[in-house]
Amino acid sequence: MQDRVQEKLSILADAAKYDVSCSSSGSYRKNTDKGLGNSNGMGICHTYTQDGRCVSLLKILLTNHCIFDCAYCVSRRSNDVKRAAFTVQEVVDLTINFYKRNYIEGLFLSSGIFKNPDYTMERLVGIARKLRKEHQFNGYIHLKAIPGASDELIHEAGLYADRLSVNLEIPSEISLKQVAPEKDYPSAYKPMNLLAESIAGYQAEKKQIRSTPLFAPGGQSTQLVVGATPESDYQILHLASSLYQDQQLRRVYYSGYVPVSEDARLPALASPPLVRENRLYQADWLLRSYGFTVAELVDETHPHLDEEVDPKLGYALRHPEEFPIDIHTAPYELILRVPGIGVKSAKKIVLARRFGKLRREHLQKIGVVWKRARYFVLTADQDFRWLSLDPTVLKQRILYERTPQTYQLPLFAG
Amino acid sequence: MTYIYDGTFPGLLTVIFETYRLKQKATAIVSECDYQPGLFGSPLFVDAQPSYADRVITKLQHCCGQDIRRFLYHCYLSEQPRIEMLIYQFAVLAIESNDNILENFREPVIRQLHRIERQMHREVHRMHAFVRFQETNDGCYVALVSPDFNVLPLLGPHFQARYPALRWLIYDTTRHYGLYHESKDTRYVTLNATQHHILTDQMITSVEADYQALWQTYYKKVDIPERRNLKLHLQHVPTRYWKYLIEKQGK
Repeated sequence: MQDRVQEKLSILADAAKYDVSCSSSGSYRKNTDKGLGNSNGMGICHTYTQDGRCVSLLKILLTNHCIFDCAYCVSRRSNDVKRAAFTVQEVVDLTINFYKRNYIEGLFLSSGIFKNPDYTMERLVGIARKLRKEHQFNGYIHLKAIPGASDELIHEAGLYADRLSVNLEIPSEISLKQVAPEKDYPSAYKPMNLLAESIAGYQAEKKQIRSTPLFAPGGQSTQLVVGATPESDYQILHLASSLYQDQQLRRVYYSGYVPVSEDARLPALASPPLVRENRLYQADWLLRSYGFTVAELVDETHPHLDEEVDPKLGYALRHPEEFPIDIHTAPYELILRVPGIGVKSAKKIVLARRFGKLRREHLQKIGVVWKRARYFVLTADQDFRWLSLDPTVLKQRILYERTPQTYQLPLFAG
Repeated sequence: MTYIYDGTFPGLLTVIFETYRLKQKATAIVSECDYQPGLFGSPLFVDAQPSYADRVITKLQHCCGQDIRRFLYHCYLSEQPRIEMLIYQFAVLAIESNDNILENFREPVIRQLHRIERQMHREVHRMHAFVRFQETNDGCYVALVSPDFNVLPLLGPHFQARYPALRWLIYDTTRHYGLYHESKDTRYVTLNATQHHILTDQMITSVEADYQALWQTYYKKVDIPERRNLKLHLQHVPTRYWKYLIEKQGK
């Protein structure tokens, strides 16, 4: 019995790991006296994988049997892998017992499509229902909304889950058609739009009537695979920005394509495009928390983010006319645009400048990354305008400082 | 003047009150368990006076807002060297200033306290994440921890809200005391045992061993070897926490 669950867990966790989302934040769900678990808005990463990703949830597939044949997916029909399927009770037991031991914040349940979308979605919803109703489980539940499942099932999923997600995976429909002939955009957008509408509806109602039940309080998210198909960063960020605006997504995840197949429809990569993935995440943050627009980061003439420098520095280098800014008088929104100054530092600067002039050491102690910020700010004692801020020179200087100096002895020789 | 206090938070606040009442500035503030006679000339012993402590807090809340009590308490629990003096210097600055001194990031004392408070916050968050309960034969969920700071007093609310119906114990093996919860009641306990005796294999259920093995399997399988980045990994899970992490044990 135990061995069987061990084997299933190793197959179905392995198949689920390419879904990079593991967030447990943004949802508030109170516990009851007799219940188990809660979510208080702040996610908790209970451990980290050796590649540095957060492990917050028990992330598994219900089954890796799948009727689809998507080239980018390990569980595709034509791939020769071991197949397995959990029973409902097995998933419930694992979740409850891992949760009691404080291993996880909750469950992230996805699945290959077996028989048909409705049949699959019914099983996912059934597990969530059992956890919530029979076990008074109030921890975090993230469910996949299966494209093609009925509206009623998707809606019921929203009543139990904290977050729902539909993965678009491939960032344009043309490419999607090539690598996943059975899939299309409209069927992915349909549940997404339905959910967006319901989430907004329940939220509005909750403001009027406090007893309105929770409906996916953690919102929805999606994932885009980067580097498997030829889309540019410009296309990807435009798509992401429209998802944030139109579908009100909480997060778009970018997953550098890990070569999991030798399918001729996909490129043969030596390693996943991790730098590009990182730059996309940085750009994504700039869109969500720093007031940047997509057009400021990439456009048709520069369709790709610069891999050498982060997108904020890239923006500053392309717009020398906007800098330097005076740290004592500039509004918060402008300080936020300086490379090397994040949200926390910007807030501290605005508070601290009431008490007197800020000098270089103040900024450094506050947490500003001085080697990047210094060319773009005026402080009480520093003014780098004599450098005349030639963008190409600046970039060279900043990049040069980043490379380890040659006279340093290598720490780990050989 | 050197002040000796009883090592409690109200005791420390009483010292601050006394420095003003006696008009004698503090040059050192030492907890009585750390005090070595002869080292500081003739010190003044101060007993905790709740009414004095409250008056200090009221004054500081007037200067810096309601949250200041929590802020200073968290700093105090960090047990950092000279933390008493930092808190005292902060109080002097706060009382002298006519603006909220807590927001003056130009001032070294303020920055240091903010830093300590942030480290404290991170340690509490890490304990929320890294506590690993093991089910014992008598149905109690026991976790051993050895945090950098004395965070146990701050862990109660989180675990109470999460596991109200379970019986659990979180035991600090460095400071030798624990937080024990049983049906709505949470209290501090001290055990007469070395850390090796708190949790022995005989005390643990067979189901527990199964779930530990399952968790280890899961941890191994979520890894994507193509993306390995050990530097980042260690940044998130420093090795000093490994000894009580189930997923880092065994093979």
